Amino acid sequence: MSIKWKSTVLTPVIGAVAGLAALTGCATAGATSGSADQVSIVGFSVMKTANAQVLKDFQKTAAGKGVGFKQSYGASGDQSRAVIAGLGADEVHLSLEPDVTKLVEEGIVAKDWKDGANKGVLTQSVVVIVVRKGNPKHIESWDDLTKSGVKIVTPNPGSSGSAKWNILAAYGHVIAQGGSPADASAYLTKFFKNTAALPGSGKDATTAFEGGTGDVLLSYENEAIEARASGADFDYVVPEQTLLIQNTAALTKDADKAAKALFKFQLSKQGQSDYAEQGFRPLDSSISVDVKGANDPKQPFPTPKTLLTIDEDFNGWAEANTKYFDEKTGIVTKLIAASGKS
Amino acid sequence: MSSLDISAGVPGTARRRRARGHRALGVGSTLGLGVSMIWFSLLVLIPLVAVLISAAGLGLGGLWEVVTSPQTAAALQITVLESVAVTAVNVVMGTALAWVLVRDRFWGKRLLDIVIDVPFALPTIVAGLVLLSLYGPSSPLGVDVANTRYAVFLALAFVTLPFVVRTVQPVLETLERDVEEAAASLGASRMVTFRRVILPSLVPAIAAGAALSFARGISEYGSLVLLSGNLPGRTEVASVRVLTYIENGNKGAAAAVAAILLLVALTVIVTLDLLQRRLLTPQSASLRSPLRGDPERTASRGN
Repeated sequence: MSIKWKSTVLTPVIGAVAGLAALTGCATAGATSGSADQVSIVGFSVMKTANAQVLKDFQKTAAGKGVGFKQSYGASGDQSRAVIAGLGADEVHLSLEPDVTKLVEEGIVAKDWKDGANKGVLTQSVVVIVVRKGNPKHIESWDDLTKSGVKIVTPNPGSSGSAKWNILAAYGHVIAQGGSPADASAYLTKFFKNTAALPGSGKDATTAFEGGTGDVLLSYENEAIEARASGADFDYVVPEQTLLIQNTAALTKDADKAAKALFKFQLSKQGQSDYAEQGFRPLDSSISVDVKGANDPKQPFPTPKTLLTIDEDFNGWAEANTKYFDEKTGIVTKLIAASGKS
Repeated sequence: MSSLDISAGVPGTARRRRARGHRALGVGSTLGLGVSMIWFSLLVLIPLVAVLISAAGLGLGGLWEVVTSPQTAAALQITVLESVAVTAVNVVMGTALAWVLVRDRFWGKRLLDIVIDVPFALPTIVAGLVLLSLYGPSSPLGVDVANTRYAVFLALAFVTLPFVVRTVQPVLETLERDVEEAAASLGASRMVTFRRVILPSLVPAIAAGAALSFARGISEYGSLVLLSGNLPGRTEVASVRVLTYIENGNKGAAAAVAAILLLVALTVIVTLDLLQRRLLTPQSASLRSPLRGDPERTASRGN
């Protein structure tokens, strides 16, 4: 009896200890990444489809031969938090700079990540206005959005970092035309009054729009192009004043030779051409490719009259994030909260 | 070891052993208790405590500030009110559905019995997509509730539907019809029989189902996001606020909202439990026990 007693108690205990050890073992194994020819890419949602061609072409190069990939895609903010929590990454490709800055603060990405010629930017796009097929409400400019009867869908800048680009574009167009910050706030008040839905993420917003919600959807040019290329039945308008979306990417301190080669390839003419085919505006303006899904596949990226940038027109993300989106004092945060009371 | 197990199976010995107090817990039971508690702690207790601790990190002032911020307060209010409304509907409709499934015979009953669980099994975002296409702007039924409070209600009602049905159904199945027949032979109308004989036996199950349904309702996110529009002060629910706080790196505030939801859920569960006890005691003493205790009835069932 006593022998049996011991074994019945001990077996589960030993099992539990072994199980825990295995779990922690997995966690540490996950944190150290990048074996000789495996590159871990952590990117924001849209890159899942956009990266496919680039990675395939990279594998055709000498440096990319035999390199495998471990990929993880999701909402930009979530991905950044996941890497901080231990998700192994050699390269991070996130929608907006603050999500990379967080990784710099944690010591995962080197401080000089923006020192390259690309200034930390890997892909770019612009904010566009997606409308129903044939543009039945005749939406051509930002001012058309605040007309009565127009219903706007835009992802919620509270829960989706990428949605901040859209709202800043709407705000910035007023400034670009010589308006004061007060004018811009007044515009956003009217804008939020016309907002029919603030879905949690860009993907949710597109789904809601495709499901019939609203007359216009604020989106990125590349997302509009990608959706149209895969059969979505809507049009999009590049407004005269819009904001340049700069998606940042960086290598982590763990990155090895293969990851560095990949990053170099992504920034090369070939890599940027691949991204351009997916609807991203190439970093190198000399690149010209046909883009399926664009309004004009031959001239896929029309130059807007005024192209705002986060650094020049909003003093960079560090300032813009606090000024417009701070949870208590942010201009946009307050306007959204106020829109619920009217 | 094996002799212990066998003795535990015999009711008489079990009762005797129980009377001796906790000293009588066998090795197997001790182990079982230990493993269960470790499992429960790892999955539930420790995370809950972690939420409370990080909420407490804000301090009372910080907590108050989060809860009273208009947008969050409105979201909490909407969440609780909608969940209460949905739970009330579930109590009635869930019981009715369970009744139909147990007592009625109709074509497709087995299928219905399986399909009831679908809202539970479906990924919530898929549920949201289905609801959007059925009750959104391009609704084939001509019902457009998108981005209104009805959308929140509809989504919550959809995902919480199975709870009351599934808690009431097994109890209803074990109810013995002779009790109802006895009530009828004593002159009770169908309504009185239902209210005074059947309902008291169902109350604990209904209360349990209602508690589950409410708790699920206040925490729902996935099925709502496509249809509700997350409009602050109108259709934005508490879980969206939690997500917003997390996105802005304010984990303390996120935990604070979570802690409030926990507190609300706990209050409702305890209230339902108390209510159920109060509702139950007088009737079961006067009505049920004489019937249940009737030895002749038990004997006749044996034949």
